[in-house]
Amino acid sequence: MKGRTVLVPEQGTAGSSKPLLVEGEGRRRVRRIRELVIEGGLLVAALVSVATTTMILAVLVVESLGFFDTVSLYDFLTDTLWTPLFDDPHYGILPLLAGTIVTSMVGLLVAIPIGTVSAMYLSEFASPRVREIIKPVLELLGAVPTVVYGYFALLVVTPALQWIWPDLPGFNMLGPGIVIGIMILPLVISLSEDAMRAVPMMLREGSYAMGATHLETAWRVVVPAATSGIVAAYVLGISRAVGETMVVAIAAGQNPNLTWNPMEPAATITAYIVQVALGDLPHGSIGYRSIFAAGLVLAMMTFTFNILGHVMRKRFREVY
Amino acid sequence: MARSLDSSHVGSAEKGEWPKPLKAEACELSFYYGSRLVLKRVSVPIAQGNITALIGPSGCGKSTFLRCFNRMHDLYPGTRYEGAILLYPEGRNILDRQVDPIEVRMRLAMVFQKPNPFPKSVYENVAYGLRVRGVRDRRVLDEKVEQALRSAALWEEVKDRLSALGTSLSGGQQQRLCIARALATDPELLLLDEPTSALDPIATGNIEELLQDLKRRVTILIVTHNMQQAARISDWTAFMYLGELVEFGPTKRLFTTPTNKQTEDYITGRFG
Repeated sequence: MKGRTVLVPEQGTAGSSKPLLVEGEGRRRVRRIRELVIEGGLLVAALVSVATTTMILAVLVVESLGFFDTVSLYDFLTDTLWTPLFDDPHYGILPLLAGTIVTSMVGLLVAIPIGTVSAMYLSEFASPRVREIIKPVLELLGAVPTVVYGYFALLVVTPALQWIWPDLPGFNMLGPGIVIGIMILPLVISLSEDAMRAVPMMLREGSYAMGATHLETAWRVVVPAATSGIVAAYVLGISRAVGETMVVAIAAGQNPNLTWNPMEPAATITAYIVQVALGDLPHGSIGYRSIFAAGLVLAMMTFTFNILGHVMRKRFREVY
Repeated sequence: MARSLDSSHVGSAEKGEWPKPLKAEACELSFYYGSRLVLKRVSVPIAQGNITALIGPSGCGKSTFLRCFNRMHDLYPGTRYEGAILLYPEGRNILDRQVDPIEVRMRLAMVFQKPNPFPKSVYENVAYGLRVRGVRDRRVLDEKVEQALRSAALWEEVKDRLSALGTSLSGGQQQRLCIARALATDPELLLLDEPTSALDPIATGNIEELLQDLKRRVTILIVTHNMQQAARISDWTAFMYLGELVEFGPTKRLFTTPTNKQTEDYITGRFG
Protein backbone atom coordinates (compact mmCIF):
# COMPACT_ATOMS: atom_id res chain seq x y z
CA MET A 1 0.00 0.00 0.00
CA LYS A 2 3.00 2.31 0.30
CA GLY A 3 2.98 5.24 -2.08
CA ARG A 4 -0.68 4.88 -2.83
CA THR A 5 -2.60 8.11 -2.71
CA VAL A 6 -5.22 8.08 -0.03
CA LEU A 7 -8.19 10.28 -0.70
CA VAL A 8 -10.21 9.18 2.29
CA PRO A 9 -9.95 11.62 5.19
CA GLU A 10 -7.93 10.14 8.04
CA GLN A 11 -9.27 9.86 11.54
CA GLY A 12 -9.66 13.17 13.21
CA THR A 13 -10.23 15.05 10.01
CA ALA A 14 -13.66 13.60 9.52
CA GLY A 15 -16.02 16.29 8.48
CA SER A 16 -13.38 18.44 6.83
CA SER A 17 -13.86 18.46 3.08
CA LYS A 18 -10.16 18.45 2.22
CA PRO A 19 -8.51 15.04 1.74
CA LEU A 20 -5.42 14.49 3.84
CA LEU A 21 -3.18 13.64 0.91
CA VAL A 22 -3.36 15.44 -2.41
CA GLU A 23 -1.18 14.23 -5.26
CA GLY A 24 1.19 16.77 -6.80
CA GLU A 25 1.39 17.45 -10.53
CA GLY A 26 4.95 15.99 -10.83
CA ARG A 27 4.03 12.71 -9.20
CA ARG A 28 1.05 12.41 -11.45
CA ARG A 29 3.20 12.79 -14.58
CA VAL A 30 5.73 10.21 -13.39
CA ARG A 31 2.93 7.79 -12.73
CA ARG A 32 1.43 8.36 -16.15
CA ILE A 33 4.75 7.69 -17.91
CA ARG A 34 5.37 4.59 -15.82
CA GLU A 35 1.94 3.27 -16.77
CA LEU A 36 2.60 3.91 -20.46
CA VAL A 37 5.96 2.10 -20.36
CA ILE A 38 4.51 -0.92 -18.60
CA GLU A 39 1.54 -1.02 -20.92
CA GLY A 40 3.86 -0.88 -23.95
CA GLY A 41 5.96 -3.70 -22.56
CA LEU A 42 2.93 -5.86 -22.05
CA LEU A 43 1.76 -5.13 -25.58
CA VAL A 44 5.11 -6.24 -27.02
CA ALA A 45 4.95 -9.45 -25.00
CA ALA A 46 1.49 -10.13 -26.32
CA LEU A 47 2.54 -9.38 -29.87
CA VAL A 48 5.35 -11.96 -29.74
CA SER A 49 2.90 -14.84 -29.97
CA VAL A 50 0.86 -13.13 -32.67
CA ALA A 51 4.02 -12.41 -34.65
CA THR A 52 5.21 -15.99 -34.24
CA THR A 53 1.98 -17.38 -35.60
CA THR A 54 2.04 -14.98 -38.52
CA MET A 55 5.66 -15.81 -39.34
CA ILE A 56 5.03 -19.53 -39.24
CA LEU A 57 2.13 -19.11 -41.61
CA ALA A 58 4.24 -16.87 -43.85
CA VAL A 59 7.09 -19.39 -44.01
CA LEU A 60 4.63 -22.18 -44.76
CA VAL A 61 3.07 -20.21 -47.57
CA VAL A 62 6.35 -19.00 -49.09
CA GLU A 63 8.01 -22.40 -49.08
CA SER A 64 4.85 -23.98 -50.41
CA LEU A 65 4.82 -21.51 -53.28
CA GLY A 66 8.19 -22.93 -54.29
CA PHE A 67 6.69 -26.38 -54.11
CA PHE A 68 3.76 -25.43 -56.28
CA ASP A 69 6.14 -24.04 -58.92
CA THR A 70 7.06 -27.63 -59.66
CA VAL A 71 3.88 -29.45 -58.81
CA SER A 72 0.51 -28.29 -60.01
CA LEU A 73 -2.17 -27.75 -57.40
CA TYR A 74 -4.38 -30.10 -59.41
CA ASP A 75 -1.89 -32.97 -59.13
CA PHE A 76 -1.38 -32.21 -55.47
CA LEU A 77 -5.06 -32.54 -54.75
CA THR A 78 -5.97 -35.42 -57.06
CA ASP A 79 -2.97 -37.71 -57.48
CA THR A 80 -3.46 -40.86 -55.46
CA LEU A 81 0.23 -41.46 -54.84
CA TRP A 82 2.60 -39.66 -52.51
CA THR A 83 6.15 -40.62 -53.43
CA PRO A 84 8.16 -37.38 -53.42
CA LEU A 85 11.46 -39.14 -52.72
CA PHE A 86 11.18 -41.83 -55.39
CA ASP A 87 12.76 -41.73 -58.83
CA ASP A 88 9.27 -41.40 -60.27
CA PRO A 89 7.88 -38.84 -57.86
CA HIS A 90 4.17 -38.32 -57.26
CA TYR A 91 2.83 -35.56 -55.10
CA GLY A 92 -0.78 -36.44 -54.28
CA ILE A 93 -1.72 -35.37 -50.77
CA LEU A 94 -4.73 -37.73 -50.71
CA PRO A 95 -2.97 -40.76 -49.17
CA LEU A 96 -1.64 -38.63 -46.32
CA LEU A 97 -4.96 -36.89 -45.90
CA ALA A 98 -6.75 -40.24 -45.77
CA GLY A 99 -4.33 -41.44 -43.10
CA THR A 100 -4.95 -38.31 -41.05
CA ILE A 101 -8.71 -38.58 -41.42
CA VAL A 102 -8.86 -42.27 -40.56
CA THR A 103 -6.72 -42.03 -37.43
CA SER A 104 -8.62 -38.94 -36.30
CA MET A 105 -11.98 -40.59 -36.90
CA VAL A 106 -10.99 -43.64 -34.87
CA GLY A 107 -9.83 -41.28 -32.15
CA LEU A 108 -13.15 -39.43 -32.19
CA LEU A 109 -15.14 -42.65 -32.10
CA VAL A 110 -13.34 -43.38 -28.85
CA ALA A 111 -13.27 -39.88 -27.39
CA ILE A 112 -16.79 -38.62 -28.18
CA PRO A 113 -18.89 -41.29 -26.49
CA ILE A 114 -16.54 -41.84 -23.55
CA GLY A 115 -15.87 -38.13 -23.22
CA THR A 116 -19.53 -37.09 -23.28
CA VAL A 117 -20.64 -39.72 -20.82
CA SER A 118 -17.72 -38.98 -18.50
CA ALA A 119 -18.40 -35.25 -18.64
CA MET A 120 -22.07 -35.88 -17.89
CA TYR A 121 -21.09 -38.04 -14.95
CA LEU A 122 -18.63 -35.51 -13.59
CA SER A 123 -20.94 -32.56 -14.04
CA GLU A 124 -24.25 -34.07 -12.97
CA PHE A 125 -23.70 -37.17 -10.89
CA ALA A 126 -20.29 -37.24 -9.22
CA SER A 127 -20.07 -36.05 -5.64
CA PRO A 128 -17.63 -33.18 -5.13
CA ARG A 129 -15.27 -35.67 -3.53
CA VAL A 130 -15.22 -38.03 -6.50
CA ARG A 131 -14.78 -35.07 -8.82
CA GLU A 132 -11.81 -33.90 -6.77
CA ILE A 133 -10.12 -37.23 -7.38
CA ILE A 134 -11.03 -37.76 -11.02
CA LYS A 135 -10.23 -34.34 -12.41
CA PRO A 136 -6.53 -34.26 -11.41
CA VAL A 137 -6.13 -37.81 -12.71
CA LEU A 138 -7.57 -36.70 -16.03
CA GLU A 139 -5.17 -33.81 -16.12
CA LEU A 140 -2.37 -36.28 -15.48
CA LEU A 141 -3.50 -38.13 -18.59
CA GLY A 142 -2.89 -34.93 -20.49
CA ALA A 143 0.59 -34.62 -19.00
CA VAL A 144 1.91 -37.94 -20.36
CA PRO A 145 4.47 -37.24 -23.13
CA THR A 146 3.10 -38.11 -26.54
CA VAL A 147 6.06 -40.33 -27.31
CA VAL A 148 4.98 -42.54 -24.43
CA TYR A 149 1.53 -42.73 -25.96
CA GLY A 150 3.18 -43.72 -29.23
CA TYR A 151 4.98 -46.67 -27.72
CA PHE A 152 1.85 -47.50 -25.80
CA ALA A 153 0.01 -47.77 -29.12
CA LEU A 154 2.75 -49.84 -30.72
CA LEU A 155 3.62 -52.16 -27.87
CA VAL A 156 0.40 -52.50 -25.88
CA VAL A 157 -2.68 -51.55 -27.85
CA THR A 158 -1.74 -53.11 -31.18
CA PRO A 159 -0.69 -56.44 -29.62
CA ALA A 160 -3.94 -56.43 -27.65
CA LEU A 161 -5.89 -55.83 -30.87
CA GLN A 162 -3.91 -58.58 -32.59
CA TRP A 163 -5.19 -60.89 -29.93
CA ILE A 164 -8.69 -60.17 -31.25
CA TRP A 165 -7.74 -59.90 -34.94
CA PRO A 166 -4.61 -62.03 -35.49
CA ASP A 167 -4.22 -60.70 -39.05
CA LEU A 168 -3.78 -57.12 -37.92
CA PRO A 169 -0.39 -55.83 -39.06
CA GLY A 170 2.05 -54.56 -36.46
CA PHE A 171 1.71 -51.09 -37.91
CA ASN A 172 -1.91 -50.05 -38.40
CA MET A 173 -4.13 -47.03 -37.93
CA LEU A 174 -6.59 -48.60 -35.49
CA GLY A 175 -4.23 -48.84 -32.52
CA PRO A 176 -2.84 -45.31 -32.80
CA GLY A 177 -6.36 -44.03 -33.52
CA ILE A 178 -7.60 -45.49 -30.25
CA VAL A 179 -4.64 -44.03 -28.40
CA ILE A 180 -5.29 -40.61 -29.97
CA GLY A 181 -8.81 -40.94 -28.65
CA ILE A 182 -7.46 -41.54 -25.15
CA MET A 183 -5.12 -38.60 -25.57
CA ILE A 184 -7.82 -36.11 -26.48
CA LEU A 185 -10.19 -37.48 -23.85
CA PRO A 186 -9.08 -35.04 -21.12
CA LEU A 187 -9.69 -32.10 -23.44
CA VAL A 188 -13.11 -33.33 -24.55
CA ILE A 189 -14.16 -34.15 -21.00
CA SER A 190 -13.03 -30.95 -19.42
CA LEU A 191 -14.54 -28.67 -22.08
CA SER A 192 -17.83 -30.60 -22.18
CA GLU A 193 -18.00 -30.59 -18.41
CA ASP A 194 -17.44 -26.84 -18.36
CA ALA A 195 -20.30 -26.45 -20.80
CA MET A 196 -22.64 -28.62 -18.73
CA ARG A 197 -21.74 -26.95 -15.46
CA ALA A 198 -22.43 -23.58 -17.06
CA VAL A 199 -26.08 -24.63 -17.46
CA PRO A 200 -27.93 -22.63 -14.80
CA MET A 201 -29.30 -24.52 -11.83
CA MET A 202 -32.75 -23.05 -12.45
CA LEU A 203 -33.08 -25.17 -15.58
CA ARG A 204 -32.33 -28.32 -13.60
CA GLU A 205 -34.79 -27.24 -10.93
CA GLY A 206 -37.42 -26.68 -13.60
CA SER A 207 -36.90 -30.21 -14.81
CA TYR A 208 -36.95 -31.80 -11.36
CA ALA A 209 -40.08 -29.85 -10.50
CA MET A 210 -41.81 -31.56 -13.44
CA GLY A 211 -41.09 -34.91 -11.83
CA ALA A 212 -38.06 -35.75 -13.93
CA THR A 213 -35.39 -38.08 -12.60
CA HIS A 214 -31.74 -37.23 -12.26
CA LEU A 215 -30.89 -38.98 -15.53
CA GLU A 216 -33.78 -37.41 -17.44
CA THR A 217 -32.72 -34.00 -16.23
CA ALA A 218 -29.12 -34.57 -17.27
CA TRP A 219 -29.98 -36.06 -20.64
CA ARG A 220 -33.01 -34.05 -21.73
CA VAL A 221 -32.23 -30.66 -20.26
CA VAL A 222 -28.58 -30.24 -19.33
CA VAL A 223 -27.02 -31.85 -22.40
CA PRO A 224 -29.27 -30.02 -24.91
CA ALA A 225 -28.65 -26.75 -23.08
CA ALA A 226 -24.91 -27.34 -23.32
CA THR A 227 -24.91 -28.59 -26.91
CA SER A 228 -22.91 -25.83 -28.51
CA GLY A 229 -20.25 -26.08 -25.80
CA ILE A 230 -20.10 -29.85 -26.14
CA VAL A 231 -19.80 -29.65 -29.92
CA ALA A 232 -17.06 -27.07 -29.49
CA ALA A 233 -15.25 -29.58 -27.29
CA TYR A 234 -15.53 -32.16 -30.09
CA VAL A 235 -14.26 -29.73 -32.68
CA LEU A 236 -11.25 -28.75 -30.59
CA GLY A 237 -10.69 -32.48 -30.02
CA ILE A 238 -10.70 -33.04 -33.80
CA SER A 239 -8.18 -30.27 -34.21
CA ARG A 240 -5.91 -31.91 -31.66
CA ALA A 241 -6.36 -35.36 -33.24
CA VAL A 242 -5.56 -34.08 -36.72
CA GLY A 243 -2.37 -32.47 -35.51
CA GLU A 244 -1.24 -35.41 -33.40
CA THR A 245 2.17 -36.59 -34.58
CA MET A 246 4.17 -38.86 -32.33
CA VAL A 247 1.60 -41.61 -31.91
CA VAL A 248 0.97 -42.05 -35.61
CA ALA A 249 4.61 -41.64 -36.57
CA ILE A 250 5.57 -44.44 -34.22
CA ALA A 251 2.68 -46.86 -34.50
CA ALA A 252 0.85 -46.37 -37.80
CA GLY A 253 3.68 -47.22 -40.17
CA GLN A 254 5.16 -44.54 -42.39
CA ASN A 255 4.25 -45.56 -45.89
CA PRO A 256 1.68 -43.34 -47.59
CA ASN A 257 -1.22 -45.59 -48.43
CA LEU A 258 -4.53 -44.44 -49.83
CA THR A 259 -6.98 -46.47 -47.82
CA TRP A 260 -9.95 -45.90 -45.55
CA ASN A 261 -9.42 -49.17 -43.73
CA PRO A 262 -8.10 -48.55 -40.20
CA MET A 263 -6.68 -52.08 -40.06
CA GLU A 264 -4.02 -51.13 -42.60
CA PRO A 265 -0.80 -49.24 -42.03
CA ALA A 266 -0.59 -45.74 -43.45
CA ALA A 267 1.17 -42.44 -43.03
CA THR A 268 -0.54 -39.28 -41.91
CA ILE A 269 0.47 -35.76 -42.88
CA THR A 270 2.21 -35.32 -39.54
CA ALA A 271 3.99 -38.65 -39.73
CA TYR A 272 5.31 -37.79 -43.18
CA ILE A 273 6.63 -34.46 -41.99
CA VAL A 274 8.45 -36.09 -39.09
CA GLN A 275 9.89 -38.77 -41.31
CA VAL A 276 11.18 -36.35 -43.92
CA ALA A 277 12.26 -33.62 -41.54
CA LEU A 278 14.46 -36.09 -39.69
CA GLY A 279 16.12 -37.34 -42.87
CA ASP A 280 18.93 -35.42 -44.57
CA LEU A 281 17.23 -33.70 -47.46
CA PRO A 282 19.07 -30.98 -49.28
CA HIS A 283 17.74 -27.55 -48.43
CA GLY A 284 15.56 -26.24 -51.22
CA SER A 285 14.96 -29.60 -52.88
CA ILE A 286 11.48 -30.53 -53.89
CA GLY A 287 11.29 -33.17 -51.17
CA TYR A 288 12.24 -30.53 -48.63
CA ARG A 289 9.60 -28.20 -49.94
CA SER A 290 6.95 -30.90 -49.94
CA ILE A 291 6.88 -30.89 -46.16
CA PHE A 292 5.88 -27.25 -46.20
CA ALA A 293 3.03 -27.95 -48.56
CA ALA A 294 1.91 -30.81 -46.35
CA GLY A 295 2.35 -28.60 -43.31
CA LEU A 296 0.24 -25.89 -44.89
CA VAL A 297 -2.62 -28.32 -45.46
CA LEU A 298 -2.35 -29.46 -41.87
CA ALA A 299 -2.22 -25.94 -40.51
CA MET A 300 -5.25 -24.95 -42.52
CA MET A 301 -7.20 -27.91 -41.14
CA THR A 302 -6.32 -27.28 -37.52
CA PHE A 303 -6.84 -23.53 -37.84
CA THR A 304 -10.28 -24.10 -39.29
CA PHE A 305 -11.27 -26.48 -36.54
CA ASN A 306 -9.83 -24.26 -33.84
CA ILE A 307 -11.64 -21.18 -35.05
CA LEU A 308 -14.86 -23.14 -35.44
CA GLY A 309 -14.48 -24.56 -31.95
CA HIS A 310 -13.82 -21.21 -30.34
CA VAL A 311 -16.71 -19.54 -32.14
CA MET A 312 -19.03 -22.25 -30.83
CA ARG A 313 -17.64 -22.01 -27.33
CA LYS A 314 -18.29 -18.31 -27.34
CA ARG A 315 -21.80 -18.86 -28.55
CA PHE A 316 -22.75 -21.17 -25.72
CA ARG A 317 -21.41 -18.67 -23.20
CA GLU A 318 -23.79 -16.08 -24.59
CA VAL A 319 -26.93 -18.16 -24.30
CA TYR A 320 -27.38 -17.46 -20.59
CA MET B 1 -56.56 -3.40 -12.65
CA ALA B 2 -59.09 -3.00 -9.87
CA ARG B 3 -60.72 -6.33 -9.33
CA SER B 4 -63.19 -7.10 -6.59
CA LEU B 5 -62.07 -9.89 -4.34
CA ASP B 6 -63.84 -13.19 -4.47
CA SER B 7 -66.15 -13.05 -1.51
CA SER B 8 -66.67 -16.79 -1.24
CA HIS B 9 -64.07 -17.11 1.49
CA VAL B 10 -65.74 -14.66 3.79
CA GLY B 11 -68.30 -17.22 4.82
CA SER B 12 -65.68 -19.75 5.80
CA ALA B 13 -63.68 -17.06 7.47
CA GLU B 14 -66.46 -16.42 9.89
CA LYS B 15 -66.39 -20.06 10.90
CA GLY B 16 -63.16 -19.77 12.80
CA GLU B 17 -60.99 -18.52 9.92
CA TRP B 18 -59.86 -21.99 8.95
CA PRO B 19 -60.33 -22.94 5.31
CA LYS B 20 -62.13 -26.07 4.25
CA PRO B 21 -61.68 -28.36 2.39
CA LEU B 22 -57.91 -28.51 2.42
CA LYS B 23 -55.62 -29.48 -0.43
CA ALA B 24 -52.54 -29.51 1.76
CA GLU B 25 -51.41 -28.48 5.16
CA ALA B 26 -48.04 -27.63 6.64
CA CYS B 27 -47.90 -28.79 10.24
CA GLU B 28 -45.19 -27.40 12.48
CA LEU B 29 -42.81 -27.39 9.55
CA SER B 30 -39.21 -26.61 10.41
CA PHE B 31 -36.39 -26.54 7.95
CA TYR B 32 -32.62 -26.47 8.31
CA TYR B 33 -29.84 -25.47 5.93
CA GLY B 34 -27.05 -27.35 7.63
CA SER B 35 -27.40 -26.32 11.26
CA ARG B 36 -29.16 -23.05 10.44
CA LEU B 37 -32.83 -23.08 11.26
CA VAL B 38 -34.67 -21.13 8.55
CA LEU B 39 -38.27 -22.18 9.13
CA LYS B 40 -39.58 -22.37 12.66
CA ARG B 41 -42.58 -24.62 13.17
CA VAL B 42 -44.67 -23.05 10.45
CA SER B 43 -48.27 -24.23 10.12
CA VAL B 44 -50.32 -23.07 7.16
CA PRO B 45 -53.42 -24.63 5.61
CA ILE B 46 -53.80 -24.62 1.83
CA ALA B 47 -57.44 -24.35 0.86
CA GLN B 48 -58.60 -26.38 -2.11
CA GLY B 49 -59.49 -24.34 -5.16
CA ASN B 50 -58.25 -21.14 -3.56
CA ILE B 51 -55.22 -18.97 -3.92
CA THR B 52 -53.08 -18.80 -0.82
CA ALA B 53 -50.44 -16.09 -0.77
CA LEU B 54 -47.26 -16.07 1.27
CA ILE B 55 -45.99 -12.59 2.01
CA GLY B 56 -43.17 -11.19 4.05
CA PRO B 57 -39.91 -9.29 3.70
CA SER B 58 -36.94 -10.76 1.80
CA GLY B 59 -35.26 -13.55 3.68
CA CYS B 60 -38.30 -14.38 5.78
CA GLY B 61 -38.31 -17.93 4.50
CA LYS B 62 -41.38 -17.78 2.25
CA SER B 63 -39.61 -19.24 -0.79
CA THR B 64 -37.92 -21.85 1.38
CA PHE B 65 -41.34 -22.77 2.70
CA LEU B 66 -42.80 -23.07 -0.79
CA ARG B 67 -39.92 -25.24 -1.97
CA CYS B 68 -40.60 -27.73 0.81
CA PHE B 69 -43.84 -28.68 -0.90
CA ASN B 70 -42.15 -30.29 -3.89
CA ARG B 71 -39.08 -31.34 -1.91
CA MET B 72 -36.85 -29.07 -4.00
CA HIS B 73 -34.43 -28.88 -1.09
CA ASP B 74 -33.66 -32.58 -1.58
CA LEU B 75 -31.46 -31.50 -4.51
CA TYR B 76 -29.01 -29.84 -2.17
CA PRO B 77 -26.95 -31.59 0.45
CA GLY B 78 -27.18 -30.69 4.12
CA THR B 79 -30.86 -29.73 4.18
CA ARG B 80 -33.32 -31.19 6.64
CA TYR B 81 -37.07 -31.03 7.17
CA GLU B 82 -38.92 -31.48 10.44
CA GLY B 83 -42.62 -31.62 10.95
CA ALA B 84 -45.03 -32.50 8.17
CA ILE B 85 -46.70 -31.39 4.99
CA LEU B 86 -49.88 -33.34 4.52
CA LEU B 87 -51.17 -33.66 1.01
CA TYR B 88 -54.88 -34.35 0.77
CA PRO B 89 -57.10 -36.21 -0.02
CA GLU B 90 -55.07 -39.06 1.50
CA GLY B 91 -53.33 -36.88 4.08
CA ARG B 92 -49.93 -38.46 3.77
CA ASN B 93 -46.83 -36.63 4.99
CA ILE B 94 -44.91 -35.92 1.80
CA LEU B 95 -41.77 -35.08 3.75
CA ASP B 96 -41.59 -38.64 4.99
CA ARG B 97 -38.31 -40.30 4.01
CA GLN B 98 -40.27 -43.17 2.58
CA VAL B 99 -42.09 -40.95 0.13
CA ASP B 100 -40.27 -40.65 -3.18
CA PRO B 101 -39.83 -36.96 -4.00
CA ILE B 102 -40.43 -37.71 -7.66
CA GLU B 103 -43.84 -39.07 -6.81
CA VAL B 104 -44.63 -35.84 -4.97
CA ARG B 105 -43.39 -33.70 -7.85
CA MET B 106 -45.56 -35.67 -10.26
CA ARG B 107 -48.63 -34.35 -8.46
CA LEU B 108 -47.43 -30.78 -7.97
CA ALA B 109 -46.07 -28.23 -10.36
CA MET B 110 -43.93 -25.19 -9.87
CA VAL B 111 -43.33 -21.89 -11.60
CA PHE B 112 -40.12 -20.09 -10.72
CA GLN B 113 -39.15 -16.52 -10.08
CA LYS B 114 -37.25 -16.16 -13.33
CA PRO B 115 -38.79 -17.76 -16.42
CA ASN B 116 -36.77 -20.92 -17.05
CA PRO B 117 -37.95 -22.45 -20.32
CA PHE B 118 -35.83 -25.35 -21.47
CA PRO B 119 -33.68 -24.88 -24.58
CA LYS B 120 -36.29 -26.75 -26.59
CA SER B 121 -39.21 -25.82 -28.80
CA VAL B 122 -42.33 -24.25 -27.35
CA TYR B 123 -44.11 -27.55 -27.97
CA GLU B 124 -41.46 -29.68 -26.28
CA ASN B 125 -41.33 -27.33 -23.31
CA VAL B 126 -45.00 -27.88 -22.63
CA ALA B 127 -44.82 -31.59 -23.44
CA TYR B 128 -41.86 -32.12 -21.12
CA GLY B 129 -43.83 -33.23 -18.06
CA LEU B 130 -45.93 -35.55 -20.19
CA ARG B 131 -42.87 -37.13 -21.78
CA VAL B 132 -41.33 -37.61 -18.35
CA ARG B 133 -44.53 -39.42 -17.43
CA GLY B 134 -44.11 -41.71 -20.41
CA VAL B 135 -46.78 -40.25 -22.71
CA ARG B 136 -45.82 -41.16 -26.29
CA ASP B 137 -49.08 -40.86 -28.18
CA ARG B 138 -48.78 -37.89 -30.50
CA ARG B 139 -52.53 -37.17 -30.42
CA VAL B 140 -52.62 -37.02 -26.63
CA LEU B 141 -49.53 -34.82 -26.60
CA ASP B 142 -50.92 -32.44 -29.21
CA GLU B 143 -54.17 -32.11 -27.37
CA LYS B 144 -52.61 -31.60 -23.95
CA VAL B 145 -50.10 -29.10 -25.25
CA GLU B 146 -52.80 -27.02 -26.89
CA GLN B 147 -55.00 -27.19 -23.81
CA ALA B 148 -52.17 -26.12 -21.53
CA LEU B 149 -51.16 -23.27 -23.82
CA ARG B 150 -54.77 -22.11 -23.96
CA SER B 151 -55.06 -22.25 -20.16
CA ALA B 152 -51.92 -20.16 -19.93
CA ALA B 153 -53.42 -17.64 -22.40
CA LEU B 154 -50.52 -18.18 -24.73
CA TRP B 155 -52.02 -20.31 -27.49
CA GLU B 156 -53.05 -17.49 -29.79
CA GLU B 157 -49.58 -15.98 -29.63
CA VAL B 158 -47.57 -19.11 -30.29
CA LYS B 159 -49.81 -21.47 -32.24
CA ASP B 160 -47.96 -20.69 -35.46
CA ARG B 161 -44.54 -21.13 -34.00
CA LEU B 162 -44.73 -24.14 -31.77
CA SER B 163 -41.38 -25.29 -33.09
CA ALA B 164 -39.61 -22.04 -32.23
CA LEU B 165 -37.28 -22.15 -29.27
CA GLY B 166 -39.00 -21.46 -25.96
CA THR B 167 -36.13 -19.16 -25.07
CA SER B 168 -36.91 -16.96 -28.09
CA LEU B 169 -40.19 -15.71 -26.58
CA SER B 170 -40.50 -12.46 -24.65
CA GLY B 171 -40.14 -12.48 -20.86
CA GLY B 172 -43.87 -12.45 -20.17
CA GLN B 173 -44.49 -15.12 -22.79
CA GLN B 174 -41.70 -17.24 -21.35
CA GLN B 175 -43.30 -17.11 -17.93
CA ARG B 176 -46.68 -18.06 -19.38
CA LEU B 177 -44.91 -20.86 -21.22
CA CYS B 178 -43.59 -22.05 -17.87
CA ILE B 179 -47.12 -21.87 -16.48
CA ALA B 180 -48.35 -23.89 -19.46
CA ARG B 181 -45.59 -26.41 -18.84
CA ALA B 182 -46.72 -26.67 -15.23
CA LEU B 183 -50.40 -27.03 -16.17
CA ALA B 184 -49.92 -29.65 -18.88
CA THR B 185 -49.68 -32.44 -16.35
CA ASP B 186 -52.88 -31.44 -14.51
CA PRO B 187 -51.21 -30.76 -11.16
CA GLU B 188 -53.23 -30.84 -7.98
CA LEU B 189 -51.32 -27.96 -6.49
CA LEU B 190 -49.54 -25.20 -8.35
CA LEU B 191 -46.60 -23.59 -6.59
CA LEU B 192 -45.60 -20.12 -7.76
CA ASP B 193 -42.41 -18.52 -6.51
CA GLU B 194 -42.71 -14.77 -7.16
CA PRO B 195 -43.78 -15.52 -10.72
CA THR B 196 -44.11 -11.89 -11.77
CA SER B 197 -41.07 -10.33 -10.13
CA ALA B 198 -39.09 -10.41 -13.38
CA LEU B 199 -41.96 -9.05 -15.49
CA ASP B 200 -43.28 -5.67 -16.50
CA PRO B 201 -46.68 -4.43 -15.19
CA ILE B 202 -48.62 -5.51 -18.28
CA ALA B 203 -47.24 -9.04 -18.26
CA THR B 204 -47.84 -9.11 -14.50
CA GLY B 205 -51.46 -8.11 -15.04
CA ASN B 206 -51.90 -10.87 -17.61
CA ILE B 207 -50.58 -13.47 -15.25
CA GLU B 208 -52.63 -12.28 -12.30
CA GLU B 209 -55.76 -12.47 -14.42
CA LEU B 210 -54.74 -15.92 -15.53
CA LEU B 211 -54.35 -17.13 -11.95
CA GLN B 212 -57.91 -15.99 -11.18
CA ASP B 213 -59.18 -18.21 -14.00
CA LEU B 214 -56.99 -21.12 -13.01
CA LYS B 215 -58.02 -21.41 -9.41
CA ARG B 216 -61.26 -23.08 -10.38
CA ARG B 217 -59.22 -26.04 -11.55
CA VAL B 218 -56.11 -26.04 -9.45
CA THR B 219 -55.17 -25.03 -5.96
CA ILE B 220 -52.56 -22.29 -5.95
CA LEU B 221 -49.88 -21.40 -3.46
CA ILE B 222 -48.04 -18.23 -4.41
CA VAL B 223 -45.07 -16.46 -2.88
CA THR B 224 -45.00 -12.75 -3.51
CA HIS B 225 -43.11 -9.82 -2.12
CA ASN B 226 -45.70 -7.55 -3.63
CA MET B 227 -48.42 -6.98 -1.05
CA GLN B 228 -50.79 -5.37 -3.51
CA GLN B 229 -50.55 -8.49 -5.60
CA ALA B 230 -51.39 -10.68 -2.63
CA ALA B 231 -54.33 -8.43 -1.80
CA ARG B 232 -55.55 -8.45 -5.41
CA ILE B 233 -55.44 -12.11 -6.20
CA SER B 234 -55.39 -14.28 -3.09
CA ASP B 235 -58.14 -15.69 -0.92
CA TRP B 236 -55.91 -16.48 2.02
CA THR B 237 -52.72 -14.83 3.14
CA ALA B 238 -49.94 -15.99 5.39
CA PHE B 239 -47.52 -13.38 6.67
CA MET B 240 -44.08 -14.67 7.53
CA TYR B 241 -41.23 -12.96 9.28
CA LEU B 242 -37.80 -14.32 10.23
CA GLY B 243 -38.77 -17.89 9.45
CA GLU B 244 -41.94 -17.80 11.51
CA LEU B 245 -45.58 -17.56 10.62
CA VAL B 246 -46.85 -14.34 12.12
CA GLU B 247 -50.42 -14.36 10.96
CA PHE B 248 -52.69 -16.34 8.72
CA GLY B 249 -56.19 -15.44 7.67
CA PRO B 250 -58.56 -14.53 4.86
CA THR B 251 -56.84 -11.98 2.68
CA LYS B 252 -59.51 -9.35 3.05
CA ARG B 253 -59.53 -9.55 6.81
CA LEU B 254 -55.74 -9.74 7.13
CA PHE B 255 -55.26 -6.65 5.06
CA THR B 256 -58.02 -4.62 6.71
CA THR B 257 -57.90 -5.66 10.32
CA PRO B 258 -54.69 -7.52 11.07
CA THR B 259 -54.67 -8.90 14.58
CA ASN B 260 -50.90 -8.83 14.92
CA LYS B 261 -48.91 -5.65 15.35
CA GLN B 262 -46.08 -6.90 13.09
CA THR B 263 -48.51 -7.72 10.32
CA GLU B 264 -50.02 -4.29 10.60
CA ASP B 265 -46.61 -2.63 10.45
CA TYR B 266 -45.67 -4.64 7.41
CA ILE B 267 -48.81 -4.11 5.38
CA THR B 268 -48.91 -0.43 6.19
CA GLY B 269 -45.38 -0.17 4.93
CA ARG B 270 -43.67 0.59 8.21
CA PHE B 271 -40.99 -2.04 7.52
CA GLY B 272 -39.96 -4.69 4.99
